[in-house]
Amino acid sequence: MKRLFWITTFILVLSTLTVATVSAQGSTPTDDEVNAIAKQMYCPVCENTPLDVCPTTACKEWREEIRGMLADGKSEAEIKQHFVDYYGARVLAEPPRTGLNWLLYVLPPIAIVAGVFVLFRALRAWSQASTSSPQRATGAGADEDEAAPSSDDEYIARMEEELRKRD
Amino acid sequence: MTEEQTNTTPAPKRGVRLSTQIIIWVVLMALLVLVGLGLKKAQNPIISIGSEIPDFPLTMFEGYSYQGASEVNISDLQGKVVVINFWASWCKPCEQEAAELEEAWRFYEEDGEVVFLGIAWTDTPDNAKSYLERFDITYPNGPDLGSRISSIFNRNLGVPETYFIGRDGVLRSIKIGPFTSVQEIQATINPLLADNIPTGE
Repeated sequence: MKRLFWITTFILVLSTLTVATVSAQGSTPTDDEVNAIAKQMYCPVCENTPLDVCPTTACKEWREEIRGMLADGKSEAEIKQHFVDYYGARVLAEPPRTGLNWLLYVLPPIAIVAGVFVLFRALRAWSQASTSSPQRATGAGADEDEAAPSSDDEYIARMEEELRKRD
Repeated sequence: MTEEQTNTTPAPKRGVRLSTQIIIWVVLMALLVLVGLGLKKAQNPIISIGSEIPDFPLTMFEGYSYQGASEVNISDLQGKVVVINFWASWCKPCEQEAAELEEAWRFYEEDGEVVFLGIAWTDTPDNAKSYLERFDITYPNGPDLGSRISSIFNRNLGVPETYFIGRDGVLRSIKIGPFTSVQEIQATINPLLADNIPTGE
């Protein structure tokens, strides 16, 4: 009976240790998990290379810091905030939506809408100009044409008159 | 004859109204000014040799202090020569000068007329502390929180960099790269102590 007790205890302890080891291994963040956050950041040493692919020692250390924070159970937002507090907002690939940074988010849509509006106005003006010319040529709307003759028509009429005089 | 008549013919009204055009141009010019100011700020240092150092705080690493306080403001150091050294634990050239800087600090420490401040640039806290322990660095040291200090000097393209500030709070000299000897550091500090003010980079 005593022997059975010790065997059972040994198996239980062994199982607990195995589970704890597997659990600890499972909690180590993978490269993909680290890079998912790292790709949203840039280190000031190499400003044009995202943190997830930057080969410098400084960036490797930053990635390890991300890994450590993930292992400690920190969320993505908490990790990014830590980096902003420690190194400044410039580490973020996407600038925070504060102050003048808002211009970066607001101006492009405004520029696109303004461009579409200007293009629409221009196209409408061109289409109106092209539809009104044939009307005058066919005599449709003659009263309007008489009331407001176009400068081109007057010019052509005068040119023709000059040419007739020369003949 | 016809030329004169043609010139007097009013042109047909087309396109965007004048008031709209003015608004568009004003907005565009304002944007250009903003972009220009941003580029100017990014390319030019806020301070250069001969300019007064704006005040900033340095919060020190655990175990470091200046006159018992864990934070020091540069304005508190008026009347002393201040040596500001930017470094990083991943920086190999910084290791070359670490011992010389510490030796120079210990040389001047007793008189209290020269203050050394070490600033860990883009470094992780644990690695920075390990570096300080490894080189037995005792002068006040802290991280560049939010990169605010390096942005004042705007020389953040690499480390090590060392700035020498005179007793009057004016930047007197800059050293880019590592010092090769204690004598080199002393040769820059001693004239500042004597208020003999050479400027150079």
